[in-house]
Amino acid sequence: MRIYAVFVYLFLYAPLAVIALFSFSAGRSASDFHGFSLQWYATAAGNRLVIEALLNSLLVAFVSSAIATLFGTAAALMLPRVKPAFRMVFDALTYVAIMVPGIVIGISTLIALATTFNFLNPLIAGDAPGAPPLGFGFGSLICAHSLFAMALVIVIVKARLSGMDRSLVEASMDLYADPWGTFRQVTLPQLMPAVIAGFLLSFTFSLDDYVIASFVAGSRVTLPIYVFASIRRGVTPEINAIGTTVMVFSLAMLVVAQVLLRRQARKPAAA
Amino acid sequence: MQGPRKWDWTAILLMSPSVAIFLGLLVMPILVVLVLSFGERAEAGGYQAAFTFAQYANLPARWAAFRNTLTLAPLGTVLCLLAAYPLAYYLAVKVSSRNRLLLLILVIVPFWTSFLIRTYAWIFILGGKGLPALLDMIGVPDVRFINTPFAVLVGIVYGYLPLMVFPIFVSLERLDKRLLEASDDLGASPARTFWQITLPLSAPGAVTGCMLVFILLMGEYLIPALLGGGKVFFIGNALVDLFLQSRNWPFGSAVAVSLVVIMLVTVTLYLRVTLRNRGMRDQALV
Repeated sequence: MRIYAVFVYLFLYAPLAVIALFSFSAGRSASDFHGFSLQWYATAAGNRLVIEALLNSLLVAFVSSAIATLFGTAAALMLPRVKPAFRMVFDALTYVAIMVPGIVIGISTLIALATTFNFLNPLIAGDAPGAPPLGFGFGSLICAHSLFAMALVIVIVKARLSGMDRSLVEASMDLYADPWGTFRQVTLPQLMPAVIAGFLLSFTFSLDDYVIASFVAGSRVTLPIYVFASIRRGVTPEINAIGTTVMVFSLAMLVVAQVLLRRQARKPAAA
Repeated sequence: MQGPRKWDWTAILLMSPSVAIFLGLLVMPILVVLVLSFGERAEAGGYQAAFTFAQYANLPARWAAFRNTLTLAPLGTVLCLLAAYPLAYYLAVKVSSRNRLLLLILVIVPFWTSFLIRTYAWIFILGGKGLPALLDMIGVPDVRFINTPFAVLVGIVYGYLPLMVFPIFVSLERLDKRLLEASDDLGASPARTFWQITLPLSAPGAVTGCMLVFILLMGEYLIPALLGGGKVFFIGNALVDLFLQSRNWPFGSAVAVSLVVIMLVTVTLYLRVTLRNRGMRDQALV
């Protein structure tokens, strides 16, 4: 059984190791190793298309996770105060947003936005001649990513809220703190790890998403779109270098999110 | 959203952005897809208002995508289960609690690194200069892995193994170890203890894992696109073709609606069949 476990871990990590190893190859071909070199990292960093795609991805990831974290946290905080029937519908929508395959989310966003644009653009052209018509790009990417990310944040923050100690809030109220003061000084500090973890998970999701982005990106190129298109053209060492960088980056994000979630799991005992 | 006496303005104000996002980006788009699926294709490739079942009647035109998805998704789920169970068992029962957390994290970490890159790694390994070249050296020439159902299944097991290990591990870890000792004391062989106690009690975790993996596999696009090379394609690949290449939106909408309906029906049936026992249902859906 131990041998089997070792085998599974090899299976899980060998492909990642292969990518990382060949990203340091000096050879021109992606599949023969010719001595250690960082040249493919330099090539990738010097490729204007890669850098542009990376910046696009970072922008979309940052804005969509910020929207998702802000509105998702606000919703999770207010949910206990709304009518049960409304809450049930809202919870159902949250799970639908998570369960529906990304590909269907991509398609439906594409169609809905295209329909909206077709409807609005003649009106805009009529009202403000010369204004650029609405189209796919950053806006649609951010919208589509915010939806899934917000559902994710709601689930994470809700879980944290339900595990929180109510008596602290009550004590604060008893001591005549106003609701805003209670929120700022009692609820928010306890909630913060979940909020940050939600933001980081949303960020990683957005940075890694190809399927949804391929539908709504228009002519914008995000990093996954660039990588996918390059893979289609053939395996190159440059892709290995980009892939290794992305892997290291998302691992770093994951570690930070985990540390925060772990700290939050320990906190109730301390409180 | 109304309080017992007056409107709760804070709640309304703070909930409205998320409600707007759900309505505008989830409910409305899904309704539009439903409407389109009953429409007709315009000459230029757009949409023409109509109410017809023609798009649904045309579904057999994409039969191969449905057949591949409905065979490879369940098969991939079962392979994931078979690969994950021994590992979850090992982690939950055999490993000392000191090493357990670290080993578990090591299973989950790959799941959070880029899915695109992880799948791409297998193009590298299964492609012409990877494993086939190695096999050629030891005297097994002309083996092809890439662009076969086998490659797609490898990608599936690789991609979704962590998602399967985790729930099984949780249910095995919660299992009361005294039951195993009791069974042993009463003279049952280890095999019998496993079949009659461990396996049934860990079933809820297996059910949850299978459901998660199956749902994700039904909408899978990247693995068949990269490892199936246009020969082994899923419904997801057909959808990308219909929306981005052939631009037949009404038919594509009908395919998308069918995908979601098939998903809902199979998952419901699956839960019905596997979770007849009520206690188990409560545990599995945690």
